[in-house]
Amino acid sequence: MNFDLSDEQKMLGEQARALLADLTPFDRLRALIDSDSEWDEPLWHALAEMGFLGVTIPEEHGGLGLGALDLGVIMEALGGANAAVPFMSSIVLGAEAIRLAGSEMQKAAWLPKLASGDAIATFAHAAGPGPAFAGGAALEGGRLSGSKSPVADAGIAHVAVVLVEGSGLALVDLDQTGVTRTRLGSFDQLRPHYRLDFDGAAAEVMPGGKAAIERLIDQGAVQAAFEAVGAAEACLHMARDYAMERQIFGRSLAGYQAIKHKLADIAVMTELARSNAYYGGWAAESAPDELPDAAAAARLSAIKAFEMAARENLQVHGGIGYTFEANCHFYYRRERLLAVHLGGRGYWADRLLKAQPGSQAKAA
Amino acid sequence: MDFNDTPQEAAFRAEARAWLAAHAPAHELPAGAALPDTEEADRGRAWMRALYAGGWSGLTFPKALGGRGLSGAEAVIFAEEEGRYHLPKGPFTSIGTGMALPVIARHGNDEQKARFIDATLRGDLTWCQLFSEPAAGSDLAALRTKAVRADDGSGDWIVNGQKVWSSWAHLTDWAILVVRTDPTVPKHKGLTFFVVDMKTPGIETRPIRQISGACEFNETFLTDVRIPDANRIGAEGEGWACCMTVLMGERLGSGAHRSGIEPLLAYAAATPDGHGGTMLDDAAVRQQLAEALADEQGERFFQARLRTMVSKGENPGALAGMVKLAYASRYQKTNGLALELRGLAGIAPEAGDTATGEVQYDYIYSTVMRIAGGADEVLRNQIAERVLGMPGEVRMDKDVPFEKLKG
Repeated sequence: MNFDLSDEQKMLGEQARALLADLTPFDRLRALIDSDSEWDEPLWHALAEMGFLGVTIPEEHGGLGLGALDLGVIMEALGGANAAVPFMSSIVLGAEAIRLAGSEMQKAAWLPKLASGDAIATFAHAAGPGPAFAGGAALEGGRLSGSKSPVADAGIAHVAVVLVEGSGLALVDLDQTGVTRTRLGSFDQLRPHYRLDFDGAAAEVMPGGKAAIERLIDQGAVQAAFEAVGAAEACLHMARDYAMERQIFGRSLAGYQAIKHKLADIAVMTELARSNAYYGGWAAESAPDELPDAAAAARLSAIKAFEMAARENLQVHGGIGYTFEANCHFYYRRERLLAVHLGGRGYWADRLLKAQPGSQAKAA
Repeated sequence: MDFNDTPQEAAFRAEARAWLAAHAPAHELPAGAALPDTEEADRGRAWMRALYAGGWSGLTFPKALGGRGLSGAEAVIFAEEEGRYHLPKGPFTSIGTGMALPVIARHGNDEQKARFIDATLRGDLTWCQLFSEPAAGSDLAALRTKAVRADDGSGDWIVNGQKVWSSWAHLTDWAILVVRTDPTVPKHKGLTFFVVDMKTPGIETRPIRQISGACEFNETFLTDVRIPDANRIGAEGEGWACCMTVLMGERLGSGAHRSGIEPLLAYAAATPDGHGGTMLDDAAVRQQLAEALADEQGERFFQARLRTMVSKGENPGALAGMVKLAYASRYQKTNGLALELRGLAGIAPEAGDTATGEVQYDYIYSTVMRIAGGADEVLRNQIAERVLGMPGEVRMDKDVPFEKLKG
């Protein structure tokens, strides 16, 4: 048994962390929020230059053709930095949807541009309040009508993969008159969300859509887990570092058990979540039959770890944590997004139970 | 990343599997029925003898001392294969192999190694642990049982005091014992480690009636127990270092577990909810079961990561405590949920409902899992200090001679 990342994967993660530490310090995030930016465009191009955008895109389409664990270490780094880039939308979901479900022409048209960062994709899966995966838009005779909302990063995206009525996938060029994009207020200020209205917009069926949708979401869940693990660990270290330097009642705040025990619990949750994410990445690469179980467990434990880490990080900081100048709030907001996007706890609890042999579990 | 054995590991597993297939079935315990503890201990001894005869005892022990000198990874593989059978394994043999032997091997002299190691591996000597006291549990170094030199010039030690939580002390041959030999120095510095024959006059064990109804733990009274100096392990005052060697063995050994979730899932799926569905249709039930499952998988794959570290020759250190910390609480929660789902039938099951009986027992037993082998709070301190690098606890007693301490 060798249940560890390879040396190459560890190195990839280190490269990603180093690049992000360099290019997206917290002051950069504050500046992006103050200027009401949609994203960190220079960072996106830097990620493209390093080849990170093409990690899982096949070599014949300009990518590196690597696997879910290679992608995972990058997602973990992005989560740690709370980076303001559409990586989840464009690479983990958009490009992967096209790879799994697109026609050869669709792949050839979009994957090279997504790998190079010249185009951005998004995945429109929700249709207003209610389940995370819903229709809301219908495809008929190559024309798409209806609405999808909220859709992450749709302001900067060139193309959307749209979950349509009947559970198929459609590919829609967003730069056309039949598409209206309306920016919504986003609780996560570093990941904008939009409402998309389609009024007979030209759209293409993605031939493998229905067959690929579950796999796409499961793989996305594994990557979301990596992102949340990175973010949870960042919160843990931020809280630890603050407590270490803060003196209170004549000694280090980090010396009090109320703080030590809380952070120890977060450390345990984060390691369990990381272990499940590794399993999810391994299953995505090597054991597709185990992917639903692995993805659901990874997603649930990552939500749990990041939730506690984001909340208690702010708490450990005390009043300073409530200020815009401290850095806790980036994660506090991002956490709520990661807790619900791609389905929340209810969705993944059902999926996990359904994946257990002998439970005869029914979906709620 | 893969779950497959290396060729070398696979060969070892095949060898272990073949040997176990030929020898383990004859030693398996009958399913469901609890044996009298004397018989369980006897069967444990017999299995030790079989392992010894087959060359499977002391797997990670150095060859020079009679072990096989294998890696931690191979020991895990053997434990996995052995775990496929319901064998008489428990504290009555593992305290010897997992605690007494490491400390004798590390701190004992050649004469002691020759006397105890082979006999223990062979199953001829079984051991209990006389460590904790009524006022010394997590703070073990606060122990009060004392040993003084006999005044007859023999060099023997005379021991007086009381020990608790000594599993199987009533049925084992020898004990590892830590006592205070110098109360004039700070508490960690005045301890000395001994081995003692449990038949020595002055040793009296009384069963402790536990909340589970079982009595596998004892309190042990030592009254003018005479121990020859030849049974001292390590130097006078070196007792704490010996204890650390023992406790490291305990920590790494914890973590073999049954999950309890699978049967609970099956129970929920098979039990009507009174509205035409099953209990598994209840969203709150689904959420709790899913959380427990996700945690359980996380523990399993975290163990796999630790195993990988061990097989690469790295020491997981305080990371090992994370598994135990997570597992014990989840186990309590899972069994608590299992009782809750049963409603009143969980409190008062129909005659013959052995499954509910097991859940009741496990819910009670889970409390001791959170205390023994490193209490939750001790483990949290260790994780905070050794993994996260946070400051150690304020110790009021650190530099104070033991005899000057309050209490």
